[in-house]
Amino acid sequence: MKVTVKYFASIREAIGVASEQCDTQAPTLGALRDELIAKGGAYAESLARGKAVRLALNQVMCHESAVLVEGAEVAFFPPVTGG
Amino acid sequence: MPACNTPRVSIQTADFDLSAEVAALRAQDPRVGAVCSFIGTVRDRTAGEPGQISSMELEHYPGMTEKSIEAMIDAARQRFDIYGARVIHRVGLLAPLDQIVLVAVSSAHRGESFQACEFLMDYLKTQAPFWKKEKTPNGARWVDARVSDDAALAKWGIALDNTSLDAQD
Repeated sequence: MKVTVKYFASIREAIGVASEQCDTQAPTLGALRDELIAKGGAYAESLARGKAVRLALNQVMCHESAVLVEGAEVAFFPPVTGG
Repeated sequence: MPACNTPRVSIQTADFDLSAEVAALRAQDPRVGAVCSFIGTVRDRTAGEPGQISSMELEHYPGMTEKSIEAMIDAARQRFDIYGARVIHRVGLLAPLDQIVLVAVSSAHRGESFQACEFLMDYLKTQAPFWKKEKTPNGARWVDARVSDDAALAKWGIALDNTSLDAQD
């Protein structure tokens, strides 16, 4: 299935793109994170397990167990620091 | 109640005027007996970090930012007996002394406004998708999220962790 993946702040800077289309078979957001980590390089470094990475599915913060669906908008970003 | 054309949430590069925002909030409902507001501003230093901050760049997640703050206001309305709420958050390039964020709430009596205002700020600090990058003479750095902000939200009985490594696993 095709999903849109967005990156923000330090993760966006490290990976070097703000948004990309991914063709994936990952059933969940956590599995998609693992797929991206497997690409190595900046993906592996910035999304590494043990790093504080927050996730959103269709613009709502969610857990790694959230189920991916065709056309979903997924986002990976560091802890938020607004206000 | 008079027609209300003022949006509840604005994400903008432009500055805002507290008096105008409070006036708009009060005009929406003549039952209002209390308005509480909070303004966050840019400091020129961060405790424990070297260097004076010359500027700050604020990034956000367009779409999700607005939706998440709207949801926070809905949560505040369920929890507290308030009439109106207004949140403005600036993005882009800001300098020390600049205003960053406004939260203003109206209610019949002061207690609900004070509480709802603090609740909204605590919620926003840990759940709205904004990120700050500070520029100092030592270079630019992304601001770290603070555990104390998670604790502030937890005080309201909401356990949504922003800083931990495995909060969402």
